[in-house]
Amino acid sequence: MNGTWISIIFDLLICISLLLGTFFLISGSLGVLRFPDVYTRLHAATKSATLGVAGILIGAFLFMYVEHDVVSGKLLLGIFFILLTAPVSGHMIGRAAYRSGVQLWDKSIHNEFKDVYQQSKDTSK
Amino acid sequence: MPFQILLNIIIAVMWMFLSETYNFTSFLVGYIIGILMLFVLQRFIPDTFYIKRVFSVIKLIMLFVRELLLSNIDIVKLAYKPKLDIQPGIFALPIDLKSNWEITLLANLISLTPGTLSLEVSEDYSKIYIHAMDIPDVEQSIKDIKETFEKAIMEVTR
Repeated sequence: MNGTWISIIFDLLICISLLLGTFFLISGSLGVLRFPDVYTRLHAATKSATLGVAGILIGAFLFMYVEHDVVSGKLLLGIFFILLTAPVSGHMIGRAAYRSGVQLWDKSIHNEFKDVYQQSKDTSK
Repeated sequence: MPFQILLNIIIAVMWMFLSETYNFTSFLVGYIIGILMLFVLQRFIPDTFYIKRVFSVIKLIMLFVRELLLSNIDIVKLAYKPKLDIQPGIFALPIDLKSNWEITLLANLISLTPGTLSLEVSEDYSKIYIHAMDIPDVEQSIKDIKETFEKAIMEVTR
């Protein structure tokens, strides 16, 4: 009796983490389509992709553990590397976009970087 | 700190030899005994007890996971909102961290937290330029980041 309860709880956990993961991925993609400029789109892409993929991998990890008694180190490493690389790629894409002259959205209110960037560009010429 | 870890491993190996079982479980038991011994004797050992640092690393990870969840909820809310009434912008965050990997860690943490994305580190490493999704109040966001992340990172590294 005890064992079935535990397996039901584990099944529920697997379902929840898989569903949450896919939900975050879908909302992230919707955000990428809807947001106005490169930088706000990057927000959607980096954040929701990280948690979405992590959720799916956690679901897969729990499934492997419960059904096949395998502690899958590859899935854990996958989560670790996703957490490590997603923000770096977001940073690099944003930086490259700014340096190649992509404008901010019209409704942006601050840009403290503009003057600094202009100065460093002028001095390097 | 490396000295303490080395001491701890030596105690664990000695425990393995004393109990004459050479597997991972007895190593783990020995390691825990070593932690307890170092905890009791911490007055006589140079440097602060290294488990304190391990705890602050765990605290940083918990903080990070919480912020990641919050930021995703934020993004989801914005993605399904019928009207986009956000005020994005770039602001400069002055940083006190010095070494390269501290700044890398901070930039990564900023990228994965609610409404902020690190865009560029200034050439003298004194500022990070951050693109924020919605900043009606710059001072407040600067204070938030400084008080949560920078403090947590400093607890880990020094």
